[in-house]
Amino acid sequence: MEILVCARRVPDTSENEIELNCAGNDIKRDELVYSINEADNYAVEEALQIVARIGGNVTVVTVGSEDDEEVLRREMAMGASHGVLITDDAFSGSDGRGIATILKAFAQKGNYDLILTGVQAEDGAAQVGGMLAAMLDYPFASLVTSIEVLDGGKLKISREVEGGNKEMNEIDLPCVLSIQTGINEPRYVGMRGIRAVAAVPIPTFGASELGVDPDAVGEAGAKVKRVDYFVPALGKGAEILHGNREENIDRVLELVAAKGGLK
Amino acid sequence: MARIFAYIVHKVGVVDDTAAQLAAAVKKIDAAASPTAIVTGRGVDLDAACNSLCASYAEIWKISSEALAYPNAELVRQALVKVLPPGSILLVAHEHFGIDLAPGLSIKMNSAFVSDVIDISGLEGSYLDIVRQEFGGQVSAHVRCDISAGAVVTLRPGAFKAAESAPVAGIVVDKSTEVGVLTAGRRYLGTIVAEAGDVDITKHNVLVSIGRGIQEKENVAIAEELAEALGAAVSCSRPVVDAKWMEKSRQVGSSGKTVKPKVYLACGISGAFQHLAGIKGGPFLIAINKNPKAPIFQVADIGIVDDILEFLPELTDKVHEMHSVAAK
Repeated sequence: MEILVCARRVPDTSENEIELNCAGNDIKRDELVYSINEADNYAVEEALQIVARIGGNVTVVTVGSEDDEEVLRREMAMGASHGVLITDDAFSGSDGRGIATILKAFAQKGNYDLILTGVQAEDGAAQVGGMLAAMLDYPFASLVTSIEVLDGGKLKISREVEGGNKEMNEIDLPCVLSIQTGINEPRYVGMRGIRAVAAVPIPTFGASELGVDPDAVGEAGAKVKRVDYFVPALGKGAEILHGNREENIDRVLELVAAKGGLK
Repeated sequence: MARIFAYIVHKVGVVDDTAAQLAAAVKKIDAAASPTAIVTGRGVDLDAACNSLCASYAEIWKISSEALAYPNAELVRQALVKVLPPGSILLVAHEHFGIDLAPGLSIKMNSAFVSDVIDISGLEGSYLDIVRQEFGGQVSAHVRCDISAGAVVTLRPGAFKAAESAPVAGIVVDKSTEVGVLTAGRRYLGTIVAEAGDVDITKHNVLVSIGRGIQEKENVAIAEELAEALGAAVSCSRPVVDAKWMEKSRQVGSSGKTVKPKVYLACGISGAFQHLAGIKGGPFLIAINKNPKAPIFQVADIGIVDDILEFLPELTDKVHEMHSVAAK
């Protein structure tokens, strides 16, 4: 099976505190630690596990800049056959529709049976997979938590719905699925693995190679624009205990007891 | 002004809580708008759902079809494309169905898409100004959306308060015949109900709930020891389940369990809205987190900025100490 995984490099919220810059219109980007978007990493692992069972290739594609090559190499170190960087000045400022338009053009240059995305990026909107499917006229399912390959060009999948329940579906290939975190246990990638793929060339594609109309994407084509970031004025918020640890512990126990919580 | 629609999710004839929230959101887009509800399904359940909306929506479009007995987003999307006038604004709740339906619908309608909206500032010409969150709620963003060709907007459940407005005498309009034959490359097979698990976290008065801050599987024992001492149970947030450190049955949140304890100790939990959505009944919420900017501190009653890996064991020791004093 030929599988395309759309992945992104994002500021890692488990490594950073996301804060506003001095001007108060963007987040502080200077010292951010970036990594592959968590759900996208699960998507790559799922693709690798499918290929390990039934054969095929995994291609990881990202729309971004040269800085994003590091996540492609990381996923290649996990076992992806190919990494592809889509980059063009005309693409900057694209909204979800713009990114989906670019990915559609790339997907149509190949012959992919299955296209995976992460369910949502840290700074994203859970949108690109569903849009890409609609543009390609492929069936789509979001929040996927298991994939079983059936005979006859079909998959059996589960989706995460309310209360921890699973919605079971059969879906025809080719299709687009957005992968929920926790679907598998992504393999560890060590420095040695990354070094092993350090010299593998990463092909890049721009608007002209993909045949994308620059006016349909980027800032010009975007219907949706982020104006600024802000931190909303807090409501009451928590009463922060400023005592030393021992005092805080005593206070917590006092409160737990007072609120009817101690046995 | 474009016509504004709200797609209403229902189950066995009972409309979702978000039905009234969507009606309130319509008024924030345009106070003069008269929202139209769209409901799909079949039989008596569909009729019951439609009728229950008559007090809050001036018009209810009913789409009845055997194919829509279960809300398969692939089929609902096709039905909506057939009935929605070009340039419409469609609102839908941002949960598993809306996430499935909405992005593709915006492509098929050739309209703008914006998701998980928590507030609507209003309209300015053909621009809709909204607020959404990024990075797990650590920051918010003002977003401007060109709705000259319409829009599909998903709204965060609970973010919009149902308005207390005078009831209307809504009418149900049957649109079923406009839909035609619906087929999809995705077929619903059934729903597997979540397993109960070894501990029922919904039955406990005190929950020691752990998040990503627990850092590794071996550290879960720290929370278990505290829970044992307090007579509490250990619950957790999504990252802990994703990492396979605890069973899914221990997860609190919109995709896990809904709990109603008296006291909730959020330990190393950032406080994403999906997690908070599972905490009901207004428990006394104590948050312990290393990050003073963690969103959990906005909603907690008491906050302690500390490392749970050091704080929790000392808390456990103190509980044991109190017990032994009491026993003497």
